[in-house]
Amino acid sequence: MNAMETRTTSALLYLDGVHVSFDGFHAINNLSLTLEPGEMRAIIGPNGAGKTTMMDIITGKTKPDEGEVLFDGVTDLTRLDETRIAELGIGRKFQKPTVFESQTIQDNLLLALNVDHSVRGTLFWRETRDESERIERVLETIRLKDARHKLAGSLSHGQKQWLEIGMLLAQDPKLLLVDEPVAGMTDVETQQTAELLKEINKDKTIMVVEHDMTFVRELGVKVTCLHEGTVLAEGTIDQVSSNERVIEVYLGR
Amino acid sequence: MPHVLTRSLDRSATIFLAVVATIGFLIPLSNLLLPAGSMFQVPTYLVALFGKYVCYAILALSIDLIWGYCGILSLGHGAFFALGGYAMGMYLMRQIGSRGVYGNPVLPDFMVFLNYPELPWYWYGFDMFWFAAVMVLLVPGLLAFCFGWLAFRSRVTGVYLSIITQAMTYALLLAFFRNDFGFGGNNGLTDFKDILGFNVQADGTRAALFLLSCLALIIAFLICRAVVTSKLGKVLIAVRDAESRTRFLGYRVESYKLFVFTLSACMAGVAGALYVPQVGIINPGEFAPGNSIEAVIWVAVGGRGTLIGAALGAVVVNYAKTVFTSGPLAPYWLFMLGALFILVTLLLPKGIMGTFNAWWEPWKAQRISVNAESTALEDGVNVSKPKPAE
Ligand SMILES: Nc1ncnc2c1ncn2[C@@H]1O[C@H](COP(=O)(O)OP(=O)(O)O)[C@@H](O)[C@H]1O
Ligand SMILES: [Mg+2]
Repeated sequence: MNAMETRTTSALLYLDGVHVSFDGFHAINNLSLTLEPGEMRAIIGPNGAGKTTMMDIITGKTKPDEGEVLFDGVTDLTRLDETRIAELGIGRKFQKPTVFESQTIQDNLLLALNVDHSVRGTLFWRETRDESERIERVLETIRLKDARHKLAGSLSHGQKQWLEIGMLLAQDPKLLLVDEPVAGMTDVETQQTAELLKEINKDKTIMVVEHDMTFVRELGVKVTCLHEGTVLAEGTIDQVSSNERVIEVYLGR
Repeated sequence: MPHVLTRSLDRSATIFLAVVATIGFLIPLSNLLLPAGSMFQVPTYLVALFGKYVCYAILALSIDLIWGYCGILSLGHGAFFALGGYAMGMYLMRQIGSRGVYGNPVLPDFMVFLNYPELPWYWYGFDMFWFAAVMVLLVPGLLAFCFGWLAFRSRVTGVYLSIITQAMTYALLLAFFRNDFGFGGNNGLTDFKDILGFNVQADGTRAALFLLSCLALIIAFLICRAVVTSKLGKVLIAVRDAESRTRFLGYRVESYKLFVFTLSACMAGVAGALYVPQVGIINPGEFAPGNSIEAVIWVAVGGRGTLIGAALGAVVVNYAKTVFTSGPLAPYWLFMLGALFILVTLLLPKGIMGTFNAWWEPWKAQRISVNAESTALEDGVNVSKPKPAE
């Protein structure tokens, strides 16, 4: 089959009938979800709903037992490893902020740039003007310009979150998977993060997992609620938050 | 690559190189030029002993490159060192020619003794120095490449990797002990006569070997510095600190590991090759798992991830070993070494060099900022925050 025939969807990300179990525990159950190019999608759901596992599947960390995961309509992500998937243009921010603690903020961004990642390329690398300008812009966006020479490990939790978002920007992927970006942030920082994501969404597709309902409301995008590894409800924030089942399993009351 | 050089030579690296170069010249000169018995004359046995330390320093550098910068704790690096040593030993054996006890022009004594009908094929070529020199790099390099390719691709990391490196060196130990393996079994290779036509016992040869070892240490250090100060060095640290994060940024982690692991094994091989003519013997004992562990302790003592510290640690610990094992405390050396390791881990977790840096860097940064402030005041511009020293 050639690529034209296999292209079944216009979606940038297409998950269909995905199953994953860990030692008999079904973490993901018949999960189907599509993301259109340019869309931003918020994912909510109780702890253990499988949100992070879904990102693990998309980025190649976890292989699904069953189901289809297509990127850009043609690329079967289940056959690729993390490196290859990152090269295709899928970037990820982890739930627990993961930056390179013993290196400076600037070096963290330098490492994230989507330039030649081969052993040879990095061994003989020299900074180019274009690269330093890109790093400069990201530093400005994430407001860490003055701290550029500080070690990433010395940042506060919230700043690390921003640095990791900055690394995503430097990576310049087509699709950003952002796992709980505002955990540990003040209200003001949360607000700023929402604005930043909206800004990024102008030319990138984003999937963002978050518990903070004010934040999700602030984003004002389509919401998917996961529960026990499957989609419970999908729609606007008002539709989803008034859904009986969602209230029952997630929002409480 | 001039930019590679300028980048890798910071102040402490330059000092280190200057010290090694000075020692590399002064010790042989004093040994050869000053009259024997004079206060400043370094006796030949000490030249050989120091030469041994220098080889250990190269081995320590090779371990620090992978462990300190990439987090690969190899407990089998002694194997690469020993393989380099055997390659050199094979050359030295072939140089003996018909001067052996049995006077066989081709077969080394042990082969005559064990009734080898002819020279095994894998001994071919070792009568030529250039061939042996290539093998010194190729054999450890190839083994490391194959081993690393299997291990890193299957993502064997941490303590599991350390264990299989121990298994590797242990397997080689057993193999080299066998008489039918063709490397002299238990006794190994010894009774060397000359190297490139020079008598290995002669003062001049010893002095030259010492100088060459220092030169090799300098080159190994420069290579390590060039690697760790490049962007590749930053990737290695990233792998060490957050391996899977590095993958999600699109780096092929296994290729990076394979590159440094192989490079490091080649360096260890060179160290072993320089070691053998200076100590006059290579036997399977060099593959003993304990040797590899000792080498890791040198690095921990000197300061992991500092390069200079690794070299320093090798010299300091081995000097201590020489002192202790030649005195009444000899039977307790292993306990001392163990105690040293525990003490360093508890009291100086960054090792000698790391602790020194932690104490020195803030002081230096402060001095730089004071300087910057005074010049800035003179220029009448605003003082920006001092950039922390590298
Ligand atoms: N590698 C794993 N091995 C075993 N169980 C796992 C693994 N990863 C996730 N799980 C389980 O899968 C479920 C979903 O986890 P997760 O995706 O982290 O949830 P969420 O991010 O929605 O809070 C949890 O019950 C978790 O314990
Ligand atoms: Mg999660």
